[in-house]
Amino acid sequence: MKSISQVQGCRSEKDIAGSNFKIKSDQFGYGLPNMTELEIKATKCRLNVIRMLQSSGHGHIGGAFSAIDIVSALYFYKMRVDPKDPQMENRDRFILSAGHKCMAQYGVLAEKGYFDKSILDTYGKLHSMIPGHPDMHKLPGIEANTGALGHGMAIAAGMAMALKLNKLNSKVYVMLGDGELAEGSNWEAVAAASKFGLDKLVVFIDNNELQISGKVVDVMDMRPVDKKFRAFGWEVLNINGNNIFDIVSALDYSDRTNGKPLMILCKTTKSKGLPMGENDPEFHFWKPSKEDLEKAGRMLSKRIESLQAGLEEVV
Amino acid sequence: MSNQVKIATLEAYGKALAELGKDYGFYVLDADLTKSTMTRFFKEDFPERHFNMGIAEGNMMSVAAGIATLGKPCFASTFAVFAAGRGCEQIRNSICYPNLNVKIGATHAGISVGEDGASHQAVEDLGIMRSIPNMHIIQPCDAVSTKMAVKTALENDGPFYLRLGRLTVEPVYEEGNCNFLLGKGIRLREGTDLTIITSGLMVQEVLKASEILKSEGVHCRVIDMHTIKPIDAEIIIKAARDTGRIVTVEESNILCGLGSAVAEVVSQQFPCPIKMIGIKDCFGRSGKPLELLDYYGLTAEKITSEIKSFIE
Repeated sequence: MKSISQVQGCRSEKDIAGSNFKIKSDQFGYGLPNMTELEIKATKCRLNVIRMLQSSGHGHIGGAFSAIDIVSALYFYKMRVDPKDPQMENRDRFILSAGHKCMAQYGVLAEKGYFDKSILDTYGKLHSMIPGHPDMHKLPGIEANTGALGHGMAIAAGMAMALKLNKLNSKVYVMLGDGELAEGSNWEAVAAASKFGLDKLVVFIDNNELQISGKVVDVMDMRPVDKKFRAFGWEVLNINGNNIFDIVSALDYSDRTNGKPLMILCKTTKSKGLPMGENDPEFHFWKPSKEDLEKAGRMLSKRIESLQAGLEEVV
Repeated sequence: MSNQVKIATLEAYGKALAELGKDYGFYVLDADLTKSTMTRFFKEDFPERHFNMGIAEGNMMSVAAGIATLGKPCFASTFAVFAAGRGCEQIRNSICYPNLNVKIGATHAGISVGEDGASHQAVEDLGIMRSIPNMHIIQPCDAVSTKMAVKTALENDGPFYLRLGRLTVEPVYEEGNCNFLLGKGIRLREGTDLTIITSGLMVQEVLKASEILKSEGVHCRVIDMHTIKPIDAEIIIKAARDTGRIVTVEESNILCGLGSAVAEVVSQQFPCPIKMIGIKDCFGRSGKPLELLDYYGLTAEKITSEIKSFIE
């Protein structure tokens, strides 16, 4: 897939690094089929999440659906990984610090071919390879045992340090929830990543603005998050984390090497792709009825069909 | 042996890291205690493999976990009170749960830290670390066994907690003459009247106590239980069977420490009377290390009198 920065050719890195980084996908005609393909992938991954919910009866759909466009773009557009060789030494790493959103990663890993999709039907069951929070020894492609919030960035920083020492140019991507930023341990990691100049470390903040008990700004307002990271010596991008074009552009940009870790503040919609749950904190953890789940599945399938139709039209 | 040079186990740890750094490719992190935890020796010889992570112990533990995923072991060094306290959740979730190759060098353990007082005297760390699955715990008693402990931690996969002291101690073992095996206690004295199981800097005190008791006709078997987890059940059961009574001595809270580990084995496999000597579930005070050991009943003399009242 051609890099968006390559096809665009109309944006300097300086512009991107500026505080007002914002891409409007409609201003570029190039690469649209690629974007649609990625959107289809992300939607198929959402369908995988629905399948997991059918197995377990409940799960953290809100965060999984707000984050899944980013996770999907990482695996299908950006990361140097091989599902057939998940331990490849020079692979890029992805760590889901907000481990409760694991259905997003499982859905993507299944779509990418890390494991047989029939395993999705074991979600929430005893001895499953895809437990309620990620376990690196249970499922190929999982890099750390996360779920206790505030650990992922520090683990990723350690990986980035060791990769640098081993002279491997792999990147380490981490995803945090916005509510997770209240954990003080994150800020220890933010300081350390800056001190050690870990520019291969890329942190996504899934800024869906909601957490289990309500609005993030009401529970513990950590704003301005971008300015805080910058003050620690990080580089920061602001994007729409449910817009494939924005995500892909930011991923292209993340290849820069300037001695600074990169934080991408991703404005997202909680439960994106599940209209009945969008922006509703009640959908942080969802116990759907059979009918609601079927309805969600039908909508997503329809979305895939219409995207595919659009794709054929363009081609 | 008393004419030999006294050295703290934390200093032996620092020197062992530097010495083993040549043959073993590992990393060392510390939380701004490079001088105090003596990782400075390693830093001098291998600056590219030593990192000061600042006063942020929790972060240090998770970073160590991340480094260890690349294959080489990583030491994370700080005072025991901060390792097991500030770093506890990271040790549990980032290190022990995924069973990563992180070795925690926990120095300044116990009340013998001295004047710093309770805020810096870890008495609860053994209990915390013992109850986390996958963790190994070693508490060496002198310089020679400390080096063996570091080597053992490097040669065995998985998380290790090395509990080290600040107080200088006399040697127990001679170089090349320490049969140190992970999970195997070392029988230091033979006796049939009772068995004293101990660890760390209490080994020297117990050896002195056993001499006093011997002069009074009480013959004690003495076991250096350097590995507290996994505990050597075999040597404990044999002691219970052969001597019928067991005394444990530790510079740690008597709740959940070495004594508890021994009692867990004895009570289930070969019940016999046990006397546990240690810190009686209280915080330490500020004072000179030797004064403190005496105050908390952890000197040879105090141990001797406790044992005498136990066997009467």
